[in-house]
Amino acid sequence: MSRWFCVLLMWMLVAPAVWARGVYQDPEDFISEVFSSKAPPPSLLHISEGEQKQIREILGHTLGAGRVRYWQHEDRTVWILEEIGKERPITVGLVVDRGRLELIKVLIFRESRGSEVRYPFFTDQFRGASLSEDGQLDRNIDGVSGATLSTRALTRLARLALYLHQQRGQADVTGQTSPR
Amino acid sequence: MKQKQSKGKTLVKIIGGVGLTLAAALSVQAAAAPKTMEEMWKIIQTQQKELEQLKAQQKNTEQRVEVTSEAVEQQAAQQTASSPSWADKTRLGGYGELHYNNLDSKNEMDFHRFVMFFGHEFSDRVRFFSELEVEHTGVEADGDPLAGEVELEQAFVEFDIAQQHTARAGLFLVPAGIINETHEPTTFYGVERNPVEANIIPTTWWEAGVGAAGELAPGWSYDLSLTSGLETSTTGSNAYKIRDGRQKVSNAKANDGALTGRIKWTGLPGVELAATAQYQSDLTQGTGAAGTSSSATLFETHAVLSRGPVGMRALYARWDLSGTGPAATGRDKQNGWYVEPSYKLASNVGVFARYNQWDNNAGSGSTSDAKIKQVDVGMNYWPHEDVVLKFDVQKQSGAANDDGFNLGVGYQF
Repeated sequence: MSRWFCVLLMWMLVAPAVWARGVYQDPEDFISEVFSSKAPPPSLLHISEGEQKQIREILGHTLGAGRVRYWQHEDRTVWILEEIGKERPITVGLVVDRGRLELIKVLIFRESRGSEVRYPFFTDQFRGASLSEDGQLDRNIDGVSGATLSTRALTRLARLALYLHQQRGQADVTGQTSPR
Repeated sequence: MKQKQSKGKTLVKIIGGVGLTLAAALSVQAAAAPKTMEEMWKIIQTQQKELEQLKAQQKNTEQRVEVTSEAVEQQAAQQTASSPSWADKTRLGGYGELHYNNLDSKNEMDFHRFVMFFGHEFSDRVRFFSELEVEHTGVEADGDPLAGEVELEQAFVEFDIAQQHTARAGLFLVPAGIINETHEPTTFYGVERNPVEANIIPTTWWEAGVGAAGELAPGWSYDLSLTSGLETSTTGSNAYKIRDGRQKVSNAKANDGALTGRIKWTGLPGVELAATAQYQSDLTQGTGAAGTSSSATLFETHAVLSRGPVGMRALYARWDLSGTGPAATGRDKQNGWYVEPSYKLASNVGVFARYNQWDNNAGSGSTSDAKIKQVDVGMNYWPHEDVVLKFDVQKQSGAANDDGFNLGVGYQF
């Protein structure tokens, strides 16, 4: 037993100091990929008090910032959003086309469990989803077993992106800053 | 008379002054007014230009404010990311459950579990997690009225050793069964944890040592651990009984450790298939008489299915103990299984039924049939996704007859 213990301890000590843990795609690369390298300049959606209230309904908390950046071409928008599953934020890229989710992709996963939600066998369930009148997704999303909190986080972000897509244009200001 | 003449002169002077003033004002206005449509057009154009300049200035100001605000936010985010505070790196959570059991064996109210989680991130690749539990509200030396326990169920440091691979050292839950690692009350049906996992695996089961976990391929994951083991007694009514062998890492004898491995597949939404095996070279930690020592092997497999409102859980587990000691008592084989279909009537209401069967004396040396069968039927209501109210009815048969109903409330955060 002690021999195995020593081997494992040695492994821990010699392991590289920094691992690119859970970085699956840089957000800037995601935006560029969605728009085939011709990403439009980002826009800013200002969140009103009423919208924060609705966002609280979706996320269980308000957004930290008073505005959200997004990228738009015609009626297709891209959002880079974050939500905590259990302890750490999960960074997700979402594409909404005419009110329906075209793509949801986990870009950075920082939780210690539940990273299976990044696989297409899970995220493909969101394809084509839209918001129903009560603000829920128009379909059931089956969770990944053992990743309940990550499943919930992605479902909340899907609802948020669809909601923000609906709100855009009402008070947005075209920004001059470059994408993150 | 003179006074009247004087007042009349003053009035004339005033009227004359007002008249002159009005005339002068009209003359100035006449001079400033455009004489032609062309002049009027020029004035409008000039004003339009000024308006556009003002609009541009306002937009420019708004954009500068946006850029400045964004820079401030980014700087704040970078500062938090580069040097997060102790509070940013520390996490708190917990769960609890209150039970009312109205059974043949007891009629009691019990705050069964009050649990707190504490976690801390030392760095991006090293973190700590712990679970401290108070059972049955507390402990007193004589067990009256507080007959509970204070237990440290998890306390380990986890290291990232490669992308999608972690190692851990400390005290952690054994990777076996469905509810041993995930047992917050909101995550399962039934007020009490199912008796098969409790009596056979035995949930809740934790040991201390080292372990590794990670992904092998999409949907495939593994767990490996080398830990302390069980220590069963060799005499008495609980001799070689698995559940009574838990040392709970409390001055635990470490003469014979346990090697555990699990393989799990979660390659479809709502589907989990897993199998665990554990080997322990001597279940008695060397306390048994010569020739009676017992190596022990656990095999457990389960399936969890959840599609829309339909759910299904099924589990089978068995222990095989070698040596003459366990064989003589019929405890050389201990096994059990259950199947639990469920259906969600709404997103926050679900009903279930469970058939459980287990036997801690399934070996050939057993003098009587100790198999216990239990049927549970009940429902869960989640007023919030992290809060649950539960009700179930249980009926036992076979070697036990403890019938009745249970009520419970549970939460997690």
